[in-house]
Amino acid sequence: MAEIAGRQRRKRHREQNRVSGYLFTAPYALVFLVFILVPVLLAVALSFTNFNAIQFPRLVGFLNYITLLTSDEVFMQHVLPNTVVYAVVVGIGGYILSFLLAWLLCNLTRGVRTVLALIIYSPSLTAGVAMTVLWKVIFSGDQTGLLNSWLLSLNVIDEPIEWLVNTNYLLPIVIIIGLWSSMGIGFLAMIAGIANSDESLYEAGAIDGISNRFQEMIYITIPQMKPQMLFAAVMAVVNAFQNGAVSAMLTGNPSPGYAAQLIVNHIEDYGFLRYEMGYAATVSVALLLIVQIFSRAANRLLTEKD
Amino acid sequence: MAYKGRHINPQRFERGQIKILLILLPLTLFMALPIVFIINHAFKPMDELFAFPPTFFVRNPTLENFTKLIKFSRSAGIPLTRYLFNSLVVTILTVGLSLFLTTCAAFAFSKIKFRGRALMLQINQIAIMFVATAVLIPRYLVISKLGLIDTVLGHVLPLVAMPVALFLVKQFVDQVPDSLIEAAHLDGASDMKVYWHIVLPVIKPAIATAMVLVFQQVWTNMETSNYFTNDESMKTLTFYMNTLVSTSNGVAGQGVSAAASLIMFVPNLILFIICQNAVMNTMASSGIK
Repeated sequence: MAEIAGRQRRKRHREQNRVSGYLFTAPYALVFLVFILVPVLLAVALSFTNFNAIQFPRLVGFLNYITLLTSDEVFMQHVLPNTVVYAVVVGIGGYILSFLLAWLLCNLTRGVRTVLALIIYSPSLTAGVAMTVLWKVIFSGDQTGLLNSWLLSLNVIDEPIEWLVNTNYLLPIVIIIGLWSSMGIGFLAMIAGIANSDESLYEAGAIDGISNRFQEMIYITIPQMKPQMLFAAVMAVVNAFQNGAVSAMLTGNPSPGYAAQLIVNHIEDYGFLRYEMGYAATVSVALLLIVQIFSRAANRLLTEKD
Repeated sequence: MAYKGRHINPQRFERGQIKILLILLPLTLFMALPIVFIINHAFKPMDELFAFPPTFFVRNPTLENFTKLIKFSRSAGIPLTRYLFNSLVVTILTVGLSLFLTTCAAFAFSKIKFRGRALMLQINQIAIMFVATAVLIPRYLVISKLGLIDTVLGHVLPLVAMPVALFLVKQFVDQVPDSLIEAAHLDGASDMKVYWHIVLPVIKPAIATAMVLVFQQVWTNMETSNYFTNDESMKTLTFYMNTLVSTSNGVAGQGVSAAASLIMFVPNLILFIICQNAVMNTMASSGIK
């Protein structure tokens, strides 16, 4: 008898739980649905239409996708290569750099580590456009530009370089700024992951014949912090693909000769400058897919090493 | 010399750390330079802004640029205080609402069993990779359909759901022992009571982290002012500061722009410094398993 009563009570409890689960998640789910999921689905829907923001969208099937893949020369010759280069350097490069920096920091005492970590992290707080003026002053094209003035006084160059006009320098500048501000939350996760690794394993490793810091890093530190490595990887991928504001603010949209045009700028170019919103939505869908694919790949790569 | 191992988390300064410092210090300096420069630039008087060759450090610091910034706004018709007020209201509402919804959802996802939970979590996990600028247009359509253009909610609601914040808080709630919650249930506590009296107090570090993240999003956000707001008096401080930065191209405007950049940057930095212990604590449990 007692057992049956107990089971009933437990069952009731479980059912009661079920309802409250929905109640607790409903507000978040609602906002998520309206402002994230619905816009994504709308973007997918719009990507099959021709839409100029005034008339009702007209269905065009896969036309936009075909255009994107076959006849958008700007996309294929400039935007895609730029985005790939940017993503490789800022995404992958930034990821490796953030791990190395985090690892170096964890070899220091707590106080020093905290101060240095804060300094390295703080550029990521400037993400976006807030610091545009800074870059404009540093990369100004005449002798009053800080970088030009330094290089001139060191006799590295004879005359000022037009950093923000010369198409050879635009993408590297945008990439350097991207790297500079990429030590964000993923970097913090790495520090926490390394700092909280099990110390007894390090002693055991030393006994088992690990003979230097590098081996220690590969065989002991990294396997222990895989979850943080994954989290940081996802953050790196997102960071690598969603930036574009800096390029637009420094060089305009489109940038001279499309030299620093990234995929996000391409979306804005079509959506808000040309009002070809159907096509812009197609590029958006492509971007969301690329981000998905890359983080899946990162996921696989990092979990396979087990 | 045999390798001793265990260099992570040293308690004291040892000679081996000098090597590390020699690598790290130049890098840190490189990272810090732009920010040191903008701080100096913001306090430069006119003649130093015009100085040739250009100077890095300020010699005679002045508040001129900051007072000019206020004067600019007076001549523009809408007082700076209005933008500041908008920004404060929007930021407080967004952060407050977001924290409440996020912690509620994280509690349910972690500690309450219900059908669809795994699927919802997975969708949220995928949405961490959501790139907001990619769906600006459909977002605009949704917001205008809901009649939120030119309203405070038009600034607030799009930024309330932040998948990465939910993810981090949920990972943290996972560490609250189930036995603690079961014991409370046996004592007759409702889910609401468990959430409020047991879960919330122990997940403070995660809440602080979510606060830092949401604050960063909303404080520097330009999209909501640029695209979801037509009425000038409903736009935020970030928007105003940014128009200053983008319209003042001359050298004279540089100082004002630098001051504006600094004003937008400093609150972010201060909040992070206050919460940094909690953030690091949360990050330790941030892993994707």
